[in-house]
Amino acid sequence: METKPSPQTKPLAHHFDSYEQQESAGTLGMWLFLCTEILMFGGLFVGYVLYHSLYPEIFKAGATFLEWKKGGINTVVLLISSFTMALSIYYAQKNKMKACRMSLILTLFCGLLFMLIKYMEYSHKMHVGIFPGKFFAYTGEGNVEGLALYFSFYYLMTGLHASHVLAGMGLIGWALFRAFQNKIGPNNYKPLEYVGLFWHLVDLIWIYLFPLLYLVE
Amino acid sequence: MAENKNYLNWQKGISSWLLTLDHKRIGILYMITIFSFFLIGGIFALLMRLELFSAGEDFIKTDFYNQAMTYHGAIMVFMVIIPGIPAFLGNFFLPLQIGAKDVAFPRVNLLSWYCLVTGALIACFSLVLNGVDTGWTFYTPYSIRTSTSVIPVVLGAFIMGFSSILTGLNFIVTIHKLRAPGMTFFRMPLFVWSLYSTAIIQILATPVLAITLLLLIAERVLGVGIFDPNLGGDPILFQHFFWFYSHPAVYIMILPAMGIISELIVAFSRQNIFGYKSIVMASIGIAAVSFFVWGHHLFVSGQSEWAGIIFSGLTMLVGVPTAVKVFNWTATLYKGSLKFDTPLLYAMGFLFLFLIGGVTGIILATIAADVHLHDTYFVVAHFHYVMVGGTLMAIMGGFYYWLPKMFGRMYNELWGRVSFALIFIGFNVTFFPQFILGAEGMPRRYADYPLPYEPLNQLSTLGSWFIGGGFVVALIAIVWAIFKGPKAPANPWGAKTLEWETTSPPPHENFSETPQVTTGPYHYGN
Repeated sequence: METKPSPQTKPLAHHFDSYEQQESAGTLGMWLFLCTEILMFGGLFVGYVLYHSLYPEIFKAGATFLEWKKGGINTVVLLISSFTMALSIYYAQKNKMKACRMSLILTLFCGLLFMLIKYMEYSHKMHVGIFPGKFFAYTGEGNVEGLALYFSFYYLMTGLHASHVLAGMGLIGWALFRAFQNKIGPNNYKPLEYVGLFWHLVDLIWIYLFPLLYLVE
Repeated sequence: MAENKNYLNWQKGISSWLLTLDHKRIGILYMITIFSFFLIGGIFALLMRLELFSAGEDFIKTDFYNQAMTYHGAIMVFMVIIPGIPAFLGNFFLPLQIGAKDVAFPRVNLLSWYCLVTGALIACFSLVLNGVDTGWTFYTPYSIRTSTSVIPVVLGAFIMGFSSILTGLNFIVTIHKLRAPGMTFFRMPLFVWSLYSTAIIQILATPVLAITLLLLIAERVLGVGIFDPNLGGDPILFQHFFWFYSHPAVYIMILPAMGIISELIVAFSRQNIFGYKSIVMASIGIAAVSFFVWGHHLFVSGQSEWAGIIFSGLTMLVGVPTAVKVFNWTATLYKGSLKFDTPLLYAMGFLFLFLIGGVTGIILATIAADVHLHDTYFVVAHFHYVMVGGTLMAIMGGFYYWLPKMFGRMYNELWGRVSFALIFIGFNVTFFPQFILGAEGMPRRYADYPLPYEPLNQLSTLGSWFIGGGFVVALIAIVWAIFKGPKAPANPWGAKTLEWETTSPPPHENFSETPQVTTGPYHYGN
């Protein structure tokens, strides 16, 4: 049986006058934080665009090494996870806590699946000597001069993104824990919404990474 | 023993400080941290000046000189001037000035202090390893190749960047969401406006520094080649990335200083600020333009001539809103009933020194002049006039101004004035000769120089001792005031902003009841 969280379970910090004020402060703060994330990735994207225009042939050659099918599956996985994340917030608002928790578990599972596929991709590349930077040791077919630079970008961009996926999974795990404690509910779904915003951003960044790295001509 | 409960005594014990969520206590934590690092950075500066007293290698080894130069820069920038005003005075007075009980996210506020301390300790850990000798700018390719301990310092700066981002984020949300009833945006004190524009820069620029520093670490650990020409990378890209943050960062340093100066000039001329809205717009304007001027650091690094011309023009544009502020301050002083107490002395010192710093900035923005002056002592003198003559003067002035509010005690006016005189005279004796040395072609960052430069260098070193002495006097005066000073009333200056309406020191929740605001911030009735 679902227990309805009473309004008292939602804490109001001493320096706020009302829940509305507290919640709108949290939302603004979260959006500002997302701005900083975009700017941080922005640096890498600028670097990518710059070197892509300098050495288009290296980037073209590099993209042929990537398995676009795995990247594509990962794109779908993340899109589904964004959907289940949004569902969990919807269910929390509607006080369907079982469905909310189920959606969070699904989201977490999608994150795990993404990391697994990522791991397969990485290990496959490293197996043939495609390491980042000065450890690059690939000499086989399709190797062009400067290919290491492409893979520097590949590892840096996907690596930074993967670290964000892990962070997001941590946050979702925390939200799930709170949901099991009945500390998330129709009166108190904002923390879940912030986690969701972060997760959507992680998804969005991948939406840009995938075509830039895998599908580029 | 009928002392009122205030934020200083309502809880006791070390953990009530280290785990505090009170913005005022966190401000005090920042104060202690920042002045400790200021002392360390200052000692490095004095050591450098000592070595430069005479030509040749005489007091310290050249290698150590390079490290002292790096640590002086990195400590003063990342641990003193950037957090200096926002995180210390801003943390303490932003909520008070808008009639709030705290900042929006007190836990994040505490976290940002821990970020600063952790980052600073990691950076300083490099001292017991091999030190670092790249200069605070970590320019590639040298920062990739040097055998010194670059990684701890870069990692430290990365972590300290989070401190800056979190403070900025907290301030923007606080200003948007926690203003007292009636406190409209255009009734906010100008210090709050300056913190707001600063916070915008902190949020938009610092993440770019974060990725730049991460890339530099990746470059050293993995050799990713993005800044390494051997692998097709471009070291100039590092300079672009670095200055995309670090030029806006100098406005992180100066904008809040300007905010303090507005408060001081109003309080000590006892009349409303001249041109309130134009100062607000100038703050926002400086923040906006600051993102499009970074290329003036690369006039001789190999960027296109057209880029140089555009960056030169945009850089000069910064002079417009800045001059607007200087004229407004001067107009506010005009026919005011001036009280030359220590805070106003520092504010006047700011006006004088910052003017020189600003005007020489325009000279450096002129490409043809910059080709000659680039990387000479002229640049060193210019940015010390802005950073020390501007920011540090403002911190000191603001500290004396708000000290009665923070600790409920008055400082000794005579010692305050002596500290100002020593710092002001010492500063000019130290740095004015450097303009001449730079124009004569003496390059910066070297431990040695040809003999003809010696007399002016000796003068400069002499001045540095006066600055050092001035800060020692200031330290003694402040510590004495905090522990032994006479009790301060709630509003010793007759100032009009909200923080003076509560008791000194303020209670934990700042105001006994939420203030209702009905007028602008500087309502002197004239």
